[in-house]
Amino acid sequence: MTQGMTGKVGQFHTANCIAYANGSNCFVAGVTPNKGGQSFEGVPIYNSVLEAKQQTGATVSVIYVPPAYAAAAIDEAVDADLDLVICITEGIPVHDMLRTRYRMSRKVMATFSESNGAPAKDRTSGCRTLLIGPNCPGLITPDELKIGIMPGHIHKKGRIGVVSRSGTLTYEAVGQLTALGLGQSSCVGIGGDPINGLKHLDVLRLFNDDPETDAVIMVGEIGGSDEEACARWIKENMSKPVVGFIAGVTAPPGKRMGHAGAIISGGQGGADDKLAVMEECGIHITRNPAEMGRVMKKVLKG
Amino acid sequence: MKIHEYQGKEILRQFGVPTPRGAACFSVDEAVSAAQALGGTVWVVKAQIHAGGRGKGGGVKVARSLEEVRLAAEQILGMHLVTHQTGQEGQLVRRLLVEEGAQIIREFYLGMVIDRDAQRVALLASSEGGMEIEEVALHSPEKIHTLRIDPVAGMSAEEAAQVARRIGIPEASVAGTVVVLQGLYRAFVEKEAMLAEINPLVLTADGRVLALDAKFNFDSNALFRHSEIVALRDLDEEDPAEIEASKFDLSYISLEGDIACLVNGAGLAMATMDIIKLYGGNPANFLDVGGGASREKVTEAFKLMLKNPGLKAILVNIFGGIMKCDVIAEGIVAAVREVHLRVPLVVRLEGTNVELGKKILAESGLPIISASDMADAAEKAVAAARGN
Repeated sequence: MTQGMTGKVGQFHTANCIAYANGSNCFVAGVTPNKGGQSFEGVPIYNSVLEAKQQTGATVSVIYVPPAYAAAAIDEAVDADLDLVICITEGIPVHDMLRTRYRMSRKVMATFSESNGAPAKDRTSGCRTLLIGPNCPGLITPDELKIGIMPGHIHKKGRIGVVSRSGTLTYEAVGQLTALGLGQSSCVGIGGDPINGLKHLDVLRLFNDDPETDAVIMVGEIGGSDEEACARWIKENMSKPVVGFIAGVTAPPGKRMGHAGAIISGGQGGADDKLAVMEECGIHITRNPAEMGRVMKKVLKG
Repeated sequence: MKIHEYQGKEILRQFGVPTPRGAACFSVDEAVSAAQALGGTVWVVKAQIHAGGRGKGGGVKVARSLEEVRLAAEQILGMHLVTHQTGQEGQLVRRLLVEEGAQIIREFYLGMVIDRDAQRVALLASSEGGMEIEEVALHSPEKIHTLRIDPVAGMSAEEAAQVARRIGIPEASVAGTVVVLQGLYRAFVEKEAMLAEINPLVLTADGRVLALDAKFNFDSNALFRHSEIVALRDLDEEDPAEIEASKFDLSYISLEGDIACLVNGAGLAMATMDIIKLYGGNPANFLDVGGGASREKVTEAFKLMLKNPGLKAILVNIFGGIMKCDVIAEGIVAAVREVHLRVPLVVRLEGTNVELGKKILAESGLPIISASDMADAAEKAVAAARGN
């Protein structure tokens, strides 16, 4: 289901997603408060996430709601016990996301007793609902399903996983792979905000368990320490090769580089430090963003 | 968004955090009358700029007479204060804070941050006041005490007292420190800050704890519901190019180099700066035109880049997704025709409608250097900047 489907952005991208591969079978509902009963491109609109879930059986939502209301939209999807929520919205206040993530961490307590101890899924919050984003391009499995704003046509079905904090830089990696004849299993944009849902580590874990994925390109950027944590996990657990790039080697400290999360603060979060840890952990790093595809090709040839 | 120390202290006082009495001043005469009104025998005259490290740069002076207040104000107002955060040119001082002096016995550090890993607000406290927390973290991390705060329960008095004792606040002053800690936390949450620092927090001879400095950085995504914070913005402290860019919804940051870049998407924009450096050049800026760059936006972006007098080349790197390459190509052509392009322009287009976009550029008759991929674009831009 699309939350915020009656807005311009929500309509544009929902139409594109419906037109891509199996999209027309998968997008079954839209949600906009007070607009229930209407429809868009033949998809019915409901007043609430819960109603949409009950009426259509939808288990996943994608959010295009404006920043001031987006955290509440995530809360609603979590309360409705959806499996996966993908929040595209950019510019959500950080304190809103702190509250939303806290609610998710409390939710696990409530649902454990209520839903027969259904296994917790989200590693950080323990919530049964997975969150991707916010401030992300979404998720695509080429030739199957696109949930988000990425251009579908640059992708090619295949066996390389891609995970990234940035939108167009993900497209860059995908474009390079496709040009070299290397298709993708799934591409996940986890978003550029400091407080978010799935981290690199969570997605790498999913790729490691995915029989359709042979290798992974991991694209990070300055700020925080997610890439380092992920690298350490890879060293101990990952059975598939990983190629890595970090954007922002030239970024000055203390400045926010477009993404709210992309800031080197207190001498931490620098690109060189991240690359050093990743290399130490056996990731095939490149400092050249034009070489991500070629490095992957070389790694696969052994 | 950053604010001045005196504004930060005003916010802290609203949340019950004691600070020395003081007044913001815009002239030497105002500074002297402020000192007179405050009374006492010792005053501190402090330069108000957004950068830290003011003391070392000569921006903070102690005065023991009204004549010394005048002298200090004369010296500081109008100076180009150079600190480790301002760059070599320094920052022009336009405002002062004149405060009553305090009899300081000990100094401490308090900081409130967003802990990304724990996804909580965290308090950092240390006995090492006056030092930069980064230095303490590097050399004596055991001296930093961290308290992650439950967003529903808030910071309890017991937790706050525990932190106070850990950093060495004497028992008689623990209660006063609890007030400071809880006030700082409430200010941080209610005003939606990304960073709040009291460095130093001081213990005075009479057992009081005072915030001797205040530093705030607010979440720009939350400013739409904090007009009272927006009102504190001082445009004199910000880069004029960045202010201009924000009017057109462009994300722009000035850098030291001579190759400007115009890119769609923050990650790709950073990667473009990186690849310029990798091929031996220096990026002049970070510029993300966003997902829906119109012709007007692209033109404004070109104007902005061309304001840099030392500019040697421009690199445009677009991966068209939602933004179609033909639309951006038309924007580039229109922009180049409107502005006086005095440096070589390298354009790399990829993605949706790329062939159409390249055709528009080629048929424009403009001296645009076309690049096949990111590496090619960087190589050509660096060569062009060197005059090859």
